[in-house]
Amino acid sequence: MCGICGCGAAADGEDHVHADGTRHRHGHGGHSHDHDHDHVHGHGHGPHRVDLEARILAKNDELAARNRAWFAGRRILAINLMSSPGAGKTSLLERMIRDWGRDLALSVLEGDQATALDRDRIRAAGAPAVQLSTGTGCHLDAEMVARGLRELDPADGSVVLIENVGNLVCPALFDLGEHAKAVILSVTEGEDKPLKYPHMFAASSVMIVNKIDLLPHVDFDVARAVAFARTVNPGIDMVEVSAKTGQGLDRWRHWLRHEAKAVHASP
Amino acid sequence: MHELAITRSIVAIVGDASKGRKVARVAVDIGKLSGVMADAIAFCFPIVAEGTALHGAALDINLIDGWARCGACDTEFVADTLFTPCPCGSRQAIRLRGEELKVKAIELEEAG
Repeated sequence: MCGICGCGAAADGEDHVHADGTRHRHGHGGHSHDHDHDHVHGHGHGPHRVDLEARILAKNDELAARNRAWFAGRRILAINLMSSPGAGKTSLLERMIRDWGRDLALSVLEGDQATALDRDRIRAAGAPAVQLSTGTGCHLDAEMVARGLRELDPADGSVVLIENVGNLVCPALFDLGEHAKAVILSVTEGEDKPLKYPHMFAASSVMIVNKIDLLPHVDFDVARAVAFARTVNPGIDMVEVSAKTGQGLDRWRHWLRHEAKAVHASP
Repeated sequence: MHELAITRSIVAIVGDASKGRKVARVAVDIGKLSGVMADAIAFCFPIVAEGTALHGAALDINLIDGWARCGACDTEFVADTLFTPCPCGSRQAIRLRGEELKVKAIELEEAG
């Protein structure tokens, strides 16, 4: 095979003709090429072309796989928590830590563009937390999480909650090495969010409908929201909670316990 | 704007592959269901490429249509969204193409 343009001809300075009728001679050792036709670079098989076939997210995915192996080695359940800003990610974490902290080892990686305000809220609630500041970045990536984990140093068999940057778009694309992605949709947002931001809901294993204490005051149809989410992702689980009142938290804990069992049972 | 991060990855991948040679052209595949906007990549590219081996390089973006196979009737159909149903009405679709994010090839100004 021609190692330069990837066609079927031998590579050694040989003339060959391509399927579209163009013909060229590959040079070697850095000298220039003889072209037997009006050659326009960029027509798909120019002589300086190097085929890469490189996946753009390969580096992140490789680092995420390392994180995943790191979690597995410590039997840690890692959940990537995502939502739009203000849906209640940090409030839910505070509630989980206050209600469950005595019998469940939780720790948190906090992703935000700026400030350590959320880390301080988590610590005040009683759990270890490390702030990951993304600067201008709109999502966490696997490298940031790896860095955060070294500092957080979570215990074997514990639960690590990774609070992603508030954003329903970008975080969906970046594998962090988590066991599962959870998306929070609050009832003060539209129930059509799953259709407007399908990648997020397609990537998530569970949708947490938060702020259900406000349902009497807003036009949010839970059944419709679930139907939209399942249009995008037929297999997505759903739990309804209020981080404020604690309503539904038992079902969320049940979901986590079920996932933790899978992590603990893996070889 | 995760497209900025994606563009940085493209420039890093190509920068490594070019081994210091100047890059004239970069060809990427972007699936229409990948969650990445081609226009935003095209906008970010010259800015991220500045001062690298890719400075001034042309960017060819090959957009790839979404295709899925129906789990109910086995038909292959064009899926413009992640939730486009099969013409038969079923939503049990297996995505076949359209989620690509790949640097296909590069063109170098001098052969090495």
